[in-house]
Amino acid sequence: MEKSNELTLDQLQAQIKELQAKIEKMENGRKDQLSIAVVSGDMDKVLAAMVISIAAAAMDTQVKLFFSFWSLSALRDPKKSPKGKDFISKMFGWMLPNGTKQLKLSNMQMAGMGPKMINYLMKKQNVMSLDTMFKEAGELGIEIVICEMSMGLMGFKKEEFIDYPHLSYAGAATFVADASESSIQLFI
Amino acid sequence: MTTEELKSVEATKSVDARGTACPGPLLEAKKAIGTLKAGDVMEILSSDEGTKQDIAKWCSKQGHESMGWVEENGFFKVYLKKK
Repeated sequence: MEKSNELTLDQLQAQIKELQAKIEKMENGRKDQLSIAVVSGDMDKVLAAMVISIAAAAMDTQVKLFFSFWSLSALRDPKKSPKGKDFISKMFGWMLPNGTKQLKLSNMQMAGMGPKMINYLMKKQNVMSLDTMFKEAGELGIEIVICEMSMGLMGFKKEEFIDYPHLSYAGAATFVADASESSIQLFI
Repeated sequence: MTTEELKSVEATKSVDARGTACPGPLLEAKKAIGTLKAGDVMEILSSDEGTKQDIAKWCSKQGHESMGWVEENGFFKVYLKKK
């Protein structure tokens, strides 16, 4: 009876191996990483995403931003004018905000008065502008991934986006994979 | 540390982040900490209320010793010791 409860050395080693594999999986499972799906193109929401990202990066947390749908407007560079767009893409490009300065507020838009007031207050209270935040984000190594699908849907071209040091293009699976190994996941 | 003790602390490095709002002061602190040696004291001058909490949280994550803060005329001095 007593003997049947005893483990052989082989069994013990097998158990240890199994445990080690589990621990390794847990350790790799959740990195000190922040993943945000930035979908909104509202100025206040993009601002929130950038403030959180910069704070995280300053705390040495790896940051991966997945820009999709309306948020792509924030990444457009008004100085760039891409060629070869079809009629609908041109229409979209014309109707959507071209760059950070044209973004609308989710609240208190007031026919353009709202953003002007917010920009005035931000300057007065020394809050970094969105452009400065993107620059800082680049220096901090924050990665920006542009959703290929929404880029195509809205008729945006790669040539019209800002010059950002850590910019790449990918699909939803990339966000899912990045987010699954991040300890913080947000949707803005 | 008590306020009186903090006032007599000699900082190795002083970072003046009074011109920036959140998350500016944290960013300035992060940029400056690389120039310090272990055990050095850094003070961060900030007019942003949130900095007091933010620096403390940052310290506990990075392992630096958060020493507290002193209120000055219209701004704060936040102290930490690098690990």
